[in-house]
Amino acid sequence: MGIVSVRNLKKEYGDFTAVDGISFDIEQGEIFGFLGPNGAGKTTTINMLIGLCRPTAGTIFIDGIDSIKDIKKAQSIMGVVADESNLYDEMDGYDNLCFCASLYGMRKAEREKRAKELLEWFGLKNAGRRPFRAYSKGMRRKLTIAAGIIHKPKILFLDEPTTGIDVESARQIRSLILDLKRQGTTVFLTTHYIEDAQRICDRIAFIVNGKIVKSGTVEELMENAEKEHIIKLTLNDNANGIKAELQRHFPTIRIEAEEGNTCFISSPERIALSPLLQYLDKKGISVFEAKEMRPTLEDVFVKVTGIEVNKLHKEKEGGKK
Amino acid sequence: MNSWIAFWNILKKDIRNYYLKPPNISWGIIFPLSWTLMQLIGTPQAGLDSIRGLLPGLMGMSILFGTTSMLAVTITFERRGRSFERLLIAPISMTTMVLAKISGAIIFGVSIAFSPLLFAAFLTELSGINWGVAIISILLMAVTSTLLGFAIAVSSKEVFEAQTYSNFFRFPMLFLSGLFLPIEKLPVFLRPVSYCLPLTYGVDMLNGAIMHTGYMNVWLSLTVLIGFGVLLFYFCQWNIKRKWIL
Repeated sequence: MGIVSVRNLKKEYGDFTAVDGISFDIEQGEIFGFLGPNGAGKTTTINMLIGLCRPTAGTIFIDGIDSIKDIKKAQSIMGVVADESNLYDEMDGYDNLCFCASLYGMRKAEREKRAKELLEWFGLKNAGRRPFRAYSKGMRRKLTIAAGIIHKPKILFLDEPTTGIDVESARQIRSLILDLKRQGTTVFLTTHYIEDAQRICDRIAFIVNGKIVKSGTVEELMENAEKEHIIKLTLNDNANGIKAELQRHFPTIRIEAEEGNTCFISSPERIALSPLLQYLDKKGISVFEAKEMRPTLEDVFVKVTGIEVNKLHKEKEGGKK
Repeated sequence: MNSWIAFWNILKKDIRNYYLKPPNISWGIIFPLSWTLMQLIGTPQAGLDSIRGLLPGLMGMSILFGTTSMLAVTITFERRGRSFERLLIAPISMTTMVLAKISGAIIFGVSIAFSPLLFAAFLTELSGINWGVAIISILLMAVTSTLLGFAIAVSSKEVFEAQTYSNFFRFPMLFLSGLFLPIEKLPVFLRPVSYCLPLTYGVDMLNGAIMHTGYMNVWLSLTVLIGFGVLLFYFCQWNIKRKWIL
């Protein structure tokens, strides 16, 4: 049993099933990524794990504690960073951290020491006495994460930690998450930035319509995808016009045309290009560029979930506004 | 874990952050103070002694508006910014959390309750008040009004919404709880409503302490107020669990 062990977890709202009997384990010290589109059940799952939502069925054990029966005990070893930077606008950064520490019973001297330590670590030392409302988005996110770990939790739940912030702050946050892992903290992370998950997660689960459709290490998830060979061709003509004819002539390869002059050809076998190029040449179509594509986790995600990544990003960014 | 650390820090934060928020200033301070001054300034024509008779009503009204306004601010501001979730996911019991959240409003309500007394002290003689009963009734009125405000605030999303919902209760209570109009002068069909309102018992106790004209037995009022307090306290906890822990 891992530090988090979830079995047949289910949440229903009337006729609607938000989470449909999911099971997973998270090992001590790993970063576990939870990926899925809006409405897939990510936030409902995280809310059930942290005690903001009551499961309809199933069990949750956190560090051996039955968190459905004794959520307050489980909450003492967990840190939570919501998808919004939900600290107190009226208070400055330092006071916000001290207040959050007090909620975990930390004494004054201890919480003041820890708050100073975290402000330094998160590069917010000079902003410590500024009101939270005056912080930039990136600073707000960092301080919210600092507040989540003020009491040195064994497990940290991070909901969309890099959404809506600048590139540099996102990079710093990824680095902070990896530092936390090095210190032994277990991290449960939800994100729609698949490349973020690929970079920092030890294991990832894809959730769609309340069900985990695939899970494993990045290597495991990529295993089948990497067996496929993909070549991107840039033509001098509209790719859609020739797609059907090409597919008929080369039935062993799969051809997908994008809008414009680009098409992708894929096959489980290595692709011999010269017959293809000769055929196109005969048809009077020139190939400007042929590039071998390495499959990414995004490709796996799109294949497994059927959801376009761009659509996923737009949904999320729209939701944040 | 020392729950007192959490309790004390939630209370301190609420006092520092919310006592001087505009919605609290307008409904929790300016409204009861201006009503008090209007009544006190207008009354001398009827004789200075009648000022004393106004005090229970003015104090009850100040408590009602002070506590419910404060709660509307502390709960809805935090709910809107989702900082209230921090309290729900902290390893503190719901009882500690509710006690901490209501304490700021109770202290505020009790402080505002003394403003009519302070003004009246300049205009009339205040000797002969049973301070023990007066303070207990002020405290219990503050507790029950705060919990009533809590119940309303939990169901509201915005501060203005909470203040509006509160007014649906507060203004009828001004007239139904015997604050300015004795219950025996109310139409018979309205009197049962009066006896369902905790403020009725608090103001009656205050009338007994200040004017020695209490209508009900002081022990009965005390028991009813404590009963209302306990009932509302558990209702608030139940309501939070129901509405916010889905």
